[in-house]
Amino acid sequence: MAKSVTKFDWFSILLYLLLVAIGWVNIYSASIEDSQLGNYFDLSRIYGRQLLWILMSILLVVVTLSIEAKFYERFSSLIYLFAVLSLAGLFVFGKTIAGQTAWYSFGSFSIQPAEFVKAATALALAKYVSGVDVNLEKFSHQLRCFIIIGIPIILIMLQPDPGSALVYFAFIFPLYREGLPGIYLWVGLVSILLFITTLVFSAATVSIAVVILALMIFLINRKRRPSITRYFLVSAVCIGFSFSVDFVFNNLFKQHHRDRFNIVLGLESDLKGAGYNTRQSEIAIGSGNWFGKGWTEGTQTKGNFVPEQHTDYIFSTVGEEWGFVGSLTVIALFVALMLRLLFMAERQKSQFSRMYGYGVIGILLLHFGVNIGMVIGILPTVGIPLPFFSYGGSGLWAFTLLLFIFIKLDAERMAYW
Amino acid sequence: MRKSLLFILIIVTGLVLLARLYYLQIVDTSLVIHSENNAIKKQYDYPQRGFIFDRNGELLVSNQPSYDVMVIPQEVKPFDTTEFISILNITEEQLVERLDRAKIFSPRLPSVVVPQLTKDEYAYLQEKMRKYEGFYIQKRSLREYHTSHGANVLGYIAEVNQKIINENPYYISGDLIGRAGVESYYEELLRGVKGVKYIQKDRFNKDIGPYKDGIYDTLPEKGKDLTITIDGELQAYGEKLMENKRGGIVALEPATGEILALVTAPSYDPADLVGRKRSPNFTRLYYDTIARPLYDRGLLAEYPPASPFKVITGLIALQEGVTTPTERFSCRMGYSYGRRGFMRCHVHPSPLGLVPGISYSCNSYFAQVYRRTIEKYPTPQQGMDAWNKHVASFGLGDYLGSDLSTGRPGKIPDSEYYNQIYQYPTYKWYATATLSNSIGQGEVLTTPIQLANMTAAIANRGWFYTPHILKEVEGNPIKNPEFTQKKHTTIDPKHFEPIVEGMHDVYKSGTARFLQIPGIEIAGKTGTAENFTRIDGKRVQLTDHSLFIAFAPVDNPKIAIAVFVENGYWGSRYGGRIAGLMIEKYLRGEITRTDMEDWILSHSLEEEYAKPLSGEPFKINQ
Repeated sequence: MAKSVTKFDWFSILLYLLLVAIGWVNIYSASIEDSQLGNYFDLSRIYGRQLLWILMSILLVVVTLSIEAKFYERFSSLIYLFAVLSLAGLFVFGKTIAGQTAWYSFGSFSIQPAEFVKAATALALAKYVSGVDVNLEKFSHQLRCFIIIGIPIILIMLQPDPGSALVYFAFIFPLYREGLPGIYLWVGLVSILLFITTLVFSAATVSIAVVILALMIFLINRKRRPSITRYFLVSAVCIGFSFSVDFVFNNLFKQHHRDRFNIVLGLESDLKGAGYNTRQSEIAIGSGNWFGKGWTEGTQTKGNFVPEQHTDYIFSTVGEEWGFVGSLTVIALFVALMLRLLFMAERQKSQFSRMYGYGVIGILLLHFGVNIGMVIGILPTVGIPLPFFSYGGSGLWAFTLLLFIFIKLDAERMAYW
Repeated sequence: MRKSLLFILIIVTGLVLLARLYYLQIVDTSLVIHSENNAIKKQYDYPQRGFIFDRNGELLVSNQPSYDVMVIPQEVKPFDTTEFISILNITEEQLVERLDRAKIFSPRLPSVVVPQLTKDEYAYLQEKMRKYEGFYIQKRSLREYHTSHGANVLGYIAEVNQKIINENPYYISGDLIGRAGVESYYEELLRGVKGVKYIQKDRFNKDIGPYKDGIYDTLPEKGKDLTITIDGELQAYGEKLMENKRGGIVALEPATGEILALVTAPSYDPADLVGRKRSPNFTRLYYDTIARPLYDRGLLAEYPPASPFKVITGLIALQEGVTTPTERFSCRMGYSYGRRGFMRCHVHPSPLGLVPGISYSCNSYFAQVYRRTIEKYPTPQQGMDAWNKHVASFGLGDYLGSDLSTGRPGKIPDSEYYNQIYQYPTYKWYATATLSNSIGQGEVLTTPIQLANMTAAIANRGWFYTPHILKEVEGNPIKNPEFTQKKHTTIDPKHFEPIVEGMHDVYKSGTARFLQIPGIEIAGKTGTAENFTRIDGKRVQLTDHSLFIAFAPVDNPKIAIAVFVENGYWGSRYGGRIAGLMIEKYLRGEITRTDMEDWILSHSLEEEYAKPLSGEPFKINQ
């Protein structure tokens, strides 16, 4: 392989470095105990440990980029197998923290395999879909894809960690790009709509609305002689779904899950209890105004008003201390990175690389949208981290790995075949 | 579509998040306040309120510590309630209720259990306090009065209400503010400026250090000590004379416009409105709608000035040149005018010139010179307005602009006023229609302080300083031009001499000749004002109000005074005696006319005041 064809995409690497650096600056502010600025490498402190994780992830970058691109494709099944086993192994060797069996613990050091499984699943899915005889319009092939995605989902749901499981739905985007029928997206969209409207109104109201809507569309299209049975079936399924949402929400969801939905939908406001996080996070961000209160000057951050501020709620520190301008910058960096990756994915020669790239973007987008959406109070509380920002070695390394495998694939896109 | 879906989703997600952030950070400003409220605590440091001294340097008002028993409900341990309630002098129900209320307010923050203990109660409680965990004593500052007089002048302080908090951002709930008198008008001087410390809190409401290392913190600024123009002794004496009577006394120093005494009766002890006694006492004073002890009669009582006003009528006539001091006017028990008009007068020699006109208080004389004044002009409107301008130059008919927190404008009619009543030009009116003005009845209304100021202007022969209560701030004389610039009347100084002579004759040979004080030359003027009330919707006349204005000594006036006693009958009866006693007290420091003093102290008007309320028929002016 000639050296001249290995061309790293420095723009995306730069965006990655910026996001990690800004992330650390905010973790530092969110985790200093007093106003004295501490030793950055103090490993007894959260910011000190995060700095160590960041340095180690640079090492990971070097390793990831020096492995031959073909390796990731060839060994994707093995990697996937290993990843699934690591999830299964949790139930034997895992450590339970806060009710979730999601960690392997080595002394004072813990690792969360679910973070890495995303990359493995993306590889395996890309590998399968890029097979010569695979046609995503065929139901049997679709089913295999869903099995590849479904196994980690089920294992993660059993931990239980519904937030991390949710992320796997991001694979619908690469699959759609590679030819999965659009009906799946429609079903997904309609399900979400029915879910929300059922919670806000009621299953009965939604059913009536569905019937009226179906009638109207039918009447508008009647010159084309539509099939009555199809309309009837779709409406029935929708109504059935609506009632089952009612049932699932009230009987299968846990109370704290119900609270999270109710608060975002404005059906309930419990500012001391379940709504506390969201409210405090909104206050912190809202008090930032245009330019924020300045680094380590955030009063809400200092007073520890926002729980989990260095992990899932790290964006509230950005909002408070850097204001709208800072928030805009961070969001612009994420959007730029994702658009860059999209551009890179589309220039791939191999379907495997493109599929994988789309997987990376889908996962990043879901994390980005759901995490910040939760922090600013437009989505229910879902415990997933902000990529490259949130405190935690597993998360940072997993995202680094996920991203740099793609950068490596992209770098060798000319030499690939 | 397959290629652009993610592109669209990325852009839309970014925009939705930015829109929400824009709303939170820029549009919704309430979140900033929320943040300040829950993360930053403001701790106030209250400076000592300024002291108030009288003109002779006597301390009138200072501060005393007061002690509130506070509780932090969370920290309360079981304790001996029987002993506790007996020390605090409250009932068990009260204790339980207050503790419950404190708990509801906040288990972590302090609430008041018993406010404003006295020093003695505190001394006793202090030793026992250790036994009661969760309770502690917080020191606060209250006013301490070294006089039992001048409550209307000094005013009082009270907790700010929601209206004040809304209007003035300086005050927060629980702050004290001056609510009347000097305490109110000079609130900003007296209170100083409170200091503030910003403290960063954590989510458990625990202090975790100064906010931004204290760069926004400020130090308190001590309140300024004020010296007021009141003569404490004269004020106390005036209040003593006014016991069992209703009315007001205003004494001024003509050369400066300083208020020497401002008495209203009935009044109250300023210490009644301090501490724990405040609430029941204020309620009692506020709801006494008959005697109205909170109503400052010296400043607010608008009545026809009656005869004292004649001196103004005389001065204007001289200034307008419609008569000379020597011209004599006849009086046949009154003055007939127009077709049926007749103004009654009393028995006295006739005809009279200006000087005896004043000393005998002849209605006819002043009615005639007044009529000439108005009729000097082509139309009665022009005449009326010329007259109004002269009267207004004595500070009558409008707010005086003194530094007292309350006042009334009185009323001096002008042509517009009569045009309106008589529906000019449909109907016409002439000087005779306004003739009662000449003797201070009719449409003229004044307050005692306006009359005192008018007297000072006469004493000064043509000028005055706006009456004021503040003399010095921290020992420095006031510089407010409102009170340090002479105001001139429209009357030439030369016209005052015959008037002063007439007022002097009031004492020497006129209506106040029995009130002379040996060795002090006083010029004065009696007044008797008719007044009416409504009983069951019917207009009923009551005993006349007794009025008196005076200044002394005649040639070098040191004091000008106006006295007004409700239903005191004729002018020299109550008003004249009180004015004389006040003048002697001020100039000499002691009383030689003890007969006059005894008469005043032994006479009460309570019976007179009870008459219209008795429901029985009654006689007046007896």
